[in-house]
Amino acid sequence: MNGSPDSAELEALRLSLEVAVRSVGFSLPLAVLAAWVLTRARFPGRLLLDAFVHLPLVLPPVAVGYVLLLLFGARAPLGAWLHTHFGIQLAFTTAGAALATAVMTFPLMVRAIRLSLENVDRGLEDAARTLGAAPLDRFVSITLPLMLPGILAGALTAFAAGLGEFGAVITFASNVPGVTRTLPLALYTAMQSPGGDALALRLAILSFALGLLGLLAAELLVRRVRRYLGG
Amino acid sequence: MLEVSVLKQLAGFRLDATFTAPTPGVIALFGRSGSGKSTLTNVISGLLAPDAGAVSLDGELLTDARRGISVPVERRRIGYVFQDARLFPHLSAAGNLRYGERRRRAAPTLIAFDEVVALLGLARLLPQKPWQLSGGERQRVSLGRALLSQPRLLLLDEPLASLDVARREEVLPYLVALRDRLSIPMVYVSHQFDEVLRLATHLVLLEGGRVLAEGAVEEMSLYPELQSIIGPDLAGAVIEGLVTRINSDTGSAELAVGAGTLQVSLREVQIGARVRLQLLARDVILATQPVQGLSVRNALASTVIAISDDEYGAALVRVDVGGAIVLARITQDARRALSLRPGDAVWTLVKAVSTRGHTFTLAPGS
Repeated sequence: MNGSPDSAELEALRLSLEVAVRSVGFSLPLAVLAAWVLTRARFPGRLLLDAFVHLPLVLPPVAVGYVLLLLFGARAPLGAWLHTHFGIQLAFTTAGAALATAVMTFPLMVRAIRLSLENVDRGLEDAARTLGAAPLDRFVSITLPLMLPGILAGALTAFAAGLGEFGAVITFASNVPGVTRTLPLALYTAMQSPGGDALALRLAILSFALGLLGLLAAELLVRRVRRYLGG
Repeated sequence: MLEVSVLKQLAGFRLDATFTAPTPGVIALFGRSGSGKSTLTNVISGLLAPDAGAVSLDGELLTDARRGISVPVERRRIGYVFQDARLFPHLSAAGNLRYGERRRRAAPTLIAFDEVVALLGLARLLPQKPWQLSGGERQRVSLGRALLSQPRLLLLDEPLASLDVARREEVLPYLVALRDRLSIPMVYVSHQFDEVLRLATHLVLLEGGRVLAEGAVEEMSLYPELQSIIGPDLAGAVIEGLVTRINSDTGSAELAVGAGTLQVSLREVQIGARVRLQLLARDVILATQPVQGLSVRNALASTVIAISDDEYGAALVRVDVGGAIVLARITQDARRALSLRPGDAVWTLVKAVSTRGHTFTLAPGS
């Protein structure tokens, strides 16, 4: 471990925030798309896709991390392709930690967004049609704004959950100080080190506070948006 | 001209409707709940594709199932005012109004934003969110929003049905003003005959997914099926007359109807105005001899055209009053006592106060 205990906490906090933000950034557009497809599209295999999206909820996180390693590891087909063509390396990097977190929190996000999409009155979209709005225009000008509470709730819940993702991150991105050692990984490391009790306690308290803050902020923001929409 | 001939099979309901109505004008789709009015409206709008048949407006095909033609809803330029207003909750009243205006493509301007705001009295409502508006206000904004998309046809699907009587009166005059000021043809869906009486020029009568009859409102008011839908108390001939004299002290006016003159209680009309009246059949009295000493203001020489039994056990007598047709609902006892037959000369007695009248002017040039 390098530096003072203070910097270890700050570094873990900074990394956790970065990983959570990047994971939400990764998965939000895909989650909106997945929610839309699962709610509105009718095609064979929809049930299977639905189950697939929800899989991370029921799989051991370590298994998810392992699968990611099989796909995106340095010698894995996808990982090698990304590396040669785009110079992107995911395994054992901060980006990789964000990807693992994104996969784990994806179902949470899709569920929240889907719920809000199901509540969007199709009649309003019909009204927009009669006023001259083409499909993409309708989605952007009517459907998306009305889904906003769900999108916000989904993003913030995924963010709060992402701060604490452990199993998939440590499996896929390992526990590299300053790169992938997020709050839970730092906490785990502190617990394993002799004399790390005080640090572990501080990290645990920090995690609690952050989680609580995230959930409260999510609730308040969603309420505000709902009031704005008149619901 | 709006020409509709469509077939649509839905779960437990079959629409098989054909009609041709003149434009501009207000075409009422009239019938009981479940008669297919809304389904037909959705087919015209394009929101619902017919299984067979065609819809065309002023010579342009909008839908033709056989030739596989279907102009997308967003390019039809058909405004739609829904029963539940359907204002966009995340936009202000002004934002809702601008929504259609911004997406009008190359449509020529029939009416500008400021005109709509003035015509519908929306100035005060512009910054409000839909949830802050009353039902009537919401419907007015919805109407303005549809108008600003510069439609060639306006569909109004029972726009007043979800409003109470007071709120209805808050919206109806605006609809009348629209009809008189703009030459946008309208399709007005309703099951309230008084709304039809005040607004419509043409009436399409629907029952069980089929068009029973269609024609001018005056002509259709004599149609037996219409009477059975609106009930014996509201049935009665609709006639048109020209205001020839006004007595503002007594609140009465004289109308030229057919070859004769009718005295009616009617305020706030001007000489020369075209007035549409409904003479409720239950209030019309027939006499075989001239009568004296009655308070009835109108005793008109007329001829019995036809007598039929109505479904409530009374008799419906159709009389010709100098060219105008009037219905009288009398008991079978009265019919026998007077031994009425077609061709008989009778006096038709109409109280000046027992008429439902509305001034009715069409947009200039139509």
